Amino acid sequence: MVSEGHSDVRGGRAAGRRSWAGWQFVAPFMAVFALVFLAPIAYSLYLSLFRTRLIGGTSFVGADNYVRVLRDPQFWSAFGRVALFLVVQVPIMLFLALLVALAIDSGRLYGSAFFRISVFLPYAVPAVVATLMWGFMYGTRFGLIGNINEAFGLSLPDPLSPDLILASVGNIVTWEFVGYNMLILYSALRVVSPSLYEAAALDGAGQFRIIWAIKLPALRGALLIATIFSIIGSFQLFNEPSILKTIVPNSIITYFTPNYYAYSLSFQGQQFNYSATVAIVMGIITMIVAYLVQLRGMRKAV
Amino acid sequence: MATSTPTAGRSKTIAARGPLVVRRRRSPRGRRSATLTVLTALVLVYTLLPLVWLAINATKTQEGLLGSFGLWFAGDFALFDNIAATFAYGDGIFVRWLLNTLLYVVAGAGGATLLAALGGYGLAKFDFPGRKAVFAVVIGAVAVPGTALAVPTFLMFSKMGLTDTPWAIIIPSLVSPFGLYLMWTFATDAVPEEILESARVDGSGEFRTFFRISLPLLAPGLVTVLLFNVVATWNNYFLPLIMLKDPGWYPLTVGLKSWNQQALTAGGEAVFNLVITGSLLTIVPLIAAFLLLQRYWQSGLAAGSVKE
Repeated sequence: MVSEGHSDVRGGRAAGRRSWAGWQFVAPFMAVFALVFLAPIAYSLYLSLFRTRLIGGTSFVGADNYVRVLRDPQFWSAFGRVALFLVVQVPIMLFLALLVALAIDSGRLYGSAFFRISVFLPYAVPAVVATLMWGFMYGTRFGLIGNINEAFGLSLPDPLSPDLILASVGNIVTWEFVGYNMLILYSALRVVSPSLYEAAALDGAGQFRIIWAIKLPALRGALLIATIFSIIGSFQLFNEPSILKTIVPNSIITYFTPNYYAYSLSFQGQQFNYSATVAIVMGIITMIVAYLVQLRGMRKAV
Repeated sequence: MATSTPTAGRSKTIAARGPLVVRRRRSPRGRRSATLTVLTALVLVYTLLPLVWLAINATKTQEGLLGSFGLWFAGDFALFDNIAATFAYGDGIFVRWLLNTLLYVVAGAGGATLLAALGGYGLAKFDFPGRKAVFAVVIGAVAVPGTALAVPTFLMFSKMGLTDTPWAIIIPSLVSPFGLYLMWTFATDAVPEEILESARVDGSGEFRTFFRISLPLLAPGLVTVLLFNVVATWNNYFLPLIMLKDPGWYPLTVGLKSWNQQALTAGGEAVFNLVITGSLLTIVPLIAAFLLLQRYWQSGLAAGSVKE
């Protein structure tokens, strides 16, 4: 707050010196950005307006590809799967991350630094390795499920069966990102001024009251960001299913997620135009959902 | 939590326990709680269990993998044999994948960090025409799913003759919108306007000022961004999967997947012990980097979150 006046001065000064000098610094980033973000988006939009047939070549079809996506049961099946995933997995993961962040921030843990870094470590593990590890552990051959069944004479359900594979993917994703989200929330908690806690303690507020009245409101912005990242991540789900398919080919269908569908269309079906359209539609849906969540989150904050 | 007793003298008791338990900031609140520690440890068990599983099973032979309990050692300790076999298998292709990954990380993540630092600094410290447009375009494009870009990028690169070359991996890795955002928020606070002003008065050019004066001040933010870019590049899977056909250019991730997949193909040799040992070798450098550099990246992250 002390910097308020200072930043006014700074803003005024900067405005008075408005020049192109800043572009020298931003231009290199923007040049590569244009090549790997803007150009592909434009090219993708262009592709989505055409159709290529083996006989007859490429022809302009206008919005036909988009109409086809909207009527495509495989696309909607894939979409329903990631929507279900989003509704179940994201709240579980963020709730776990929140609990751990609050526990570490409370200062009441023995060895809290060890907790903080250890819970975060899975983030450093590539999705490929995470999925291979869990895939082996799930497996009945040398997996833990097989071990437990053998040791206790149980017959636990196979996590890699088509019925359970989505939940198993959810567990892998939760494992990979719970620490990352915990760290986002924890960083936000560290910024809360200690004087607020002291004031609350003087007023006789207990731990839960402090969490409810101070910490959770302070976390709103960070939770919103974590939620939006998680929505984008869920809708983009690809790596974990694609690697599980190398372990249990029959449990992952070609339209398991929208991204997997787009991938299969392109690289197995050579349907580049339709694949581009599927990816665009999914991108638009993602942006709309992220935007709505953001609006809702902001309104609550006011 | 049941152990908390709201006594006024709590801070005194903590002080009386001596310097061993001195808390950095919020000393008046709370004592250590065994109950809370045990409950939080359950999450810790969940996050560490697969890593423990990996470390244990990297010590087993292929027969040991099949015949022993997953969370304990098999009879013979084959870790070093496995490591040697991992490096030797397929004419040493694992070493090639490791070197490829290092190339992609040094060029991609290093370049991305430099571009993000330059760009974030430019956005934080200069007012220039189009500044708001840069912000809008970058934030807007981040919301576009990465995989939505993958197919058109592949087709574009294929026309430019870049697929199946390292450039197909390095060029897209150079852009990190998250890194730009982090450097921007970091530079806003870390580089005082007064220093820049006095450098200008002394006749220092903008780039000279950046490299000589600003860059050292940006160091904690740089380490954070670099570390996250290194993870993103080291762990990159989707991009190399679609861009590369030649196993000679694979990074570790795609290579490991191909080893695992080979058990499925007709006549392919199952090398699960190598997949597991290779996985361990793949994650050890990153985990070491996070542990060694944790002081720097955690302070950089905290500084970034002030702006929320």
